[in-house]
Amino acid sequence: MSGPPAILAKPDVPAWRLFVTLGVAGAAAGFLLVFVFQLTAPIIERNKAERLAAAVQEVLKAPHRYDTLYVVDNALTTELPSGADPRQHEQIYRGFTEEGAEIGYAIASGEPGFQDIVRVIFGYDHDAGTLLGMKVLESKETPGLGDKIEKDSSFVVQFDGVLAPLAGVKPRDGTGDPHEIDMITGATISSRTVIKVINNALSRLEPMLESYVASTPSALAQEDTR
Amino acid sequence: MSGRTRQQDFLRGIWKENPVLIQMLGLCPALAVTNTVANSLVMGIATFFVLTGSSFLVSLVKKIVPNEVRISTYILIIATFVTVADMTLEALVPDIHKALGAFVALIVVNCMILGRQEAFASKNPIGRSLLDAFGTGIGFMIAMLMMGTVREVLGNGTILDMKVIPGDFEPWVIFILPPGGFLTLGAWLMVIAWWTERRTTRARVSEWPEGVAATKEAA
Repeated sequence: MSGPPAILAKPDVPAWRLFVTLGVAGAAAGFLLVFVFQLTAPIIERNKAERLAAAVQEVLKAPHRYDTLYVVDNALTTELPSGADPRQHEQIYRGFTEEGAEIGYAIASGEPGFQDIVRVIFGYDHDAGTLLGMKVLESKETPGLGDKIEKDSSFVVQFDGVLAPLAGVKPRDGTGDPHEIDMITGATISSRTVIKVINNALSRLEPMLESYVASTPSALAQEDTR
Repeated sequence: MSGRTRQQDFLRGIWKENPVLIQMLGLCPALAVTNTVANSLVMGIATFFVLTGSSFLVSLVKKIVPNEVRISTYILIIATFVTVADMTLEALVPDIHKALGAFVALIVVNCMILGRQEAFASKNPIGRSLLDAFGTGIGFMIAMLMMGTVREVLGNGTILDMKVIPGDFEPWVIFILPPGGFLTLGAWLMVIAWWTERRTTRARVSEWPEGVAATKEAA
């Protein structure tokens, strides 16, 4: 009598062992990931907040303090309705000098650029209608060409004092108009994106700023009445 | 096991079977994120960590895991280490993490890593698997740095953001753009092929009878 062929004699791995192996491995992986996530999440969150705070400091020219305003139902407010998640609402930042005078608003916004969304934060002096500065928060623009929108200081510096709305011109076509921004040769699309981000954000937020300022006396005036 | 085997386990991956330069594995990160030395270094470290961690764990559980689900288990192990590396990088070096983009997550499918698990760690004891992973990881890092150094020096005139080319140097921007990755890799492979060929020819020449070698070298 011969037994079954050798290949059939090999005992099958029972199905439960496959389940248990993958189950245990998955559970262990899950535990480890949750553990690392809880360690790193606060640090990641803090890094982001620090980067934003540094950007606000930069574009508002080192304000003494700043308030966070939320866009709720197309109006600006310092108070969120109870229960609302602050991350769900667009935020802009209103900066003040040490004496309590308003410096301007820091507004972050984004538009699609050459590669991906370009996110920009800029300072805006509402009374004068001029920009105070611009900083690129996020961009994947081509290294060496498009990324000049953040690295070329002669481009960035133009956003200090320019009148809104902005108009991008080729460097040799400039007429000295206070609305003009010289675009970067070789990075026309990226330069135009930055200008578009600012113009679109302002045309969207300007009416809200207008009514917000009208409804709240300026901080300086409040100080005087006290 | 002799010390020689250990030494070989370790050294093999560094040069003779270098994952990128000889085996042509893991080319995707080697082309995509080597545009600066810093990016290459961080990518190299992340990959090293994932490779060593997975090799250790795979070697540890090789007898418990049934053959039928071994690939799924290995991928699960690798993916876990990659996610850990991803979150750690985002917390520690947010700027570089942003520059590396999706490529940290893509370490999961780096065939160099799964290849070492299938070919080595699942068949060998923990000690040897670790040595093998160290060697391969260092070999990968060396290749990444060879790419990153050339690309950053030519494409930006700097190493780790320190200026190394003095004077008025107009950077060859193409080297930090994607084509630069291909050009640099091609150039390195050419250098290595030339070097290997020269060495084998030399070895062959030295094996010839003395008279022949002398005439050949004279000619």
